[in-house]
Amino acid sequence: MILAFTEHVDGAPTALALEALTMAHRLAEEMDTPLESLVVGPAGATAAGILASYGVTTLHVADDPRLDVYAPAAWGQTLVELVEESAPALVIGTASDRGSEVMAHAAARLRLALAANCIEITPGDPLLVTRQRWGGSLLEEARLKGEVKLITIAPHALTAEPLAARTDVTTRTWKPVLPEKDFRVRLRPEVQADTGKVSLAQARVVVGGGRGVGSSAGFVSLEELAGYLGGAVGCSRAVTSLGWRPHSDQVGQTGTRIAPELYIACGISGAIQHMVGCRAAKHILAINTDANAPIVAQADYAVIGDVQKVLAAVNAEVRKVKALPVG
Amino acid sequence: MNILVCIKRVPATAGHIALTPDAQDIDTKYLGFTISPHEECAVEEAVRLIEKHGGSSTVLTLGPEVAIDQLRDAMALGIDRAVLLQTDGREWDPVATADGIVESVQADRAAGLDYDLIMFGNESADSAGYQIGVRVAEVLDLPCVTGIKALEVDGAAARVRRQTESGWERAELSLPAVFTVKEGLNLPRYPSLPGRLKAKKKDIERRKPEWRDGGLEKVRLKLPVQASHNVEMLGKDGDVGVELVELFQRLQLLERR
Ligand SMILES: Cc1cc2nc3c(=O)[nH]c(=O)nc-3n(C[C@H](O)[C@H](O)[C@H](O)COP(=O)(O)OP(=O)(O)OC[C@H]3O[C@@H](n4cnc5c(N)ncnc54)[C@H](O)[C@@H]3O)c2cc1C
Repeated sequence: MILAFTEHVDGAPTALALEALTMAHRLAEEMDTPLESLVVGPAGATAAGILASYGVTTLHVADDPRLDVYAPAAWGQTLVELVEESAPALVIGTASDRGSEVMAHAAARLRLALAANCIEITPGDPLLVTRQRWGGSLLEEARLKGEVKLITIAPHALTAEPLAARTDVTTRTWKPVLPEKDFRVRLRPEVQADTGKVSLAQARVVVGGGRGVGSSAGFVSLEELAGYLGGAVGCSRAVTSLGWRPHSDQVGQTGTRIAPELYIACGISGAIQHMVGCRAAKHILAINTDANAPIVAQADYAVIGDVQKVLAAVNAEVRKVKALPVG
Repeated sequence: MNILVCIKRVPATAGHIALTPDAQDIDTKYLGFTISPHEECAVEEAVRLIEKHGGSSTVLTLGPEVAIDQLRDAMALGIDRAVLLQTDGREWDPVATADGIVESVQADRAAGLDYDLIMFGNESADSAGYQIGVRVAEVLDLPCVTGIKALEVDGAAARVRRQTESGWERAELSLPAVFTVKEGLNLPRYPSLPGRLKAKKKDIERRKPEWRDGGLEKVRLKLPVQASHNVEMLGKDGDVGVELVELFQRLQLLERR
């Protein structure tokens, strides 16, 4: 049996959970074994409707009033209990913040190896996996051993695909045995005040600035262009380290992953750690004085020139088109 | 309070990655090394906490002898003490690494040094297993929060905040605890010259943990296949402002007049 740890919001599996289920179902077919799913919290029971289209035969619903608020160790223990009683060959989760954390707790308690951020899995013992390093700019082929193999699937490693035929899902609700100490950490959501600003992760256009912008004041022209295009301003790590912009603006491996229609990279060299943050952009426009900067070869459009001069010309032209006052 | 920060030495890759001929490692002939960015913030946070509350800070890494460079970098920022868990340079998997760290923490405890706080990066920049901190916390039976971006300590109480896919979350818990942190927790300082000089003279404690097979074995590294594509150069002859505005309009990001 393959067990999928399925994250959900009020019974709706997350997009990443459906990707992991798609991968899990393919493996279940290859290994000729059933696919079961674990959801935490009673609301998860309504997931059965969707999971029927992903080949799940049994849905395990963990129910305990204390599971209302997310508690990583308690969720991990819930998974441990199910693994111990149902002995799956594989447990598949998502490499989301929660998925990574819950799987790590379970792996630690089961004293089993966990392969994180996998994009390919080949059945066998040991199991062969391909996993992401360096935020996906490098891949590792690895052997995964152990009585039960624990895996998280990297975001967007594959497309979620519902099956044509629906399965009959048997739902089983149970109350795991959870010691009080597994609730030492309970994470409550914070209500964010709406700032009215376009968020970096959701923006249709991102105007990003690097060391080549020259100073924190140099970002005024980027702000202006982002304003005209209804976009957000981003930056490289060089810029955050210099204190020119807050870390919340940073695009990259240790910053935010963006997926805009257009990413305008101004005075950014295109280090791999920066590029993993913007590889989901539909189009990249690079503005750089150096025609040999790595970003130029990876861009769809490039202007070789000084950031401030180019942006001054662009902003002036946009003002004309929008019939805004000059300067 | 006593704080332990666990860091990793990683190559400072930039524009592209080249592999060694046996595909076991990144070719680092022309590269420098650095502390993983998340852990740099853990180091900074430890230094600030000790400045504020008093106590001692220790930095630890599991790696080859050359990793003392990163331990010294951390001491240059103000960490008091350093421990190297010496390996032969081969990569240790998460289970083996966590076990090595746990044993070192227990050895410190036996010698009378008990940690109130153990900090890690959320994931290392290179192998990114997303689990060492949690494994260490589990074996030591300590509460653990991963990926924190804000921390307040008040006596034995800690308040943490973190940013996840579904927004900001917060938790309150009591110390001792394990936190894994993300870049953005703070803005790490640059080491001062006196700090660097002092760090050079400090002792580094060496311990030799025993390698064990943790069940995850690297076979080889490979570079992802990249689709080749063309770059359209703009603003070469004409007015760059006009050409870019046309581009924005073509991509339907700006209305035409
Ligand atoms: C583990 C790790 C994680 C990292 N994570 C991230 C991350 O999340 N995000 C990130 O961005 N980086 C990250 N980095 C850092 C990354 O390796 C680079 O150092 C960083 O992205 C460089 O920033 P930059 O392009 O602004 O600066 P530089 O590399 O210095 O490039 C500046 C560019 O500006 C151009 N330029 C200079 N003057 C002008 C001008 N007047 N007009 C136009 N162009 C000009 C130059 O030609 C050059 O291409 C990470 C590094 C490591 C080791």
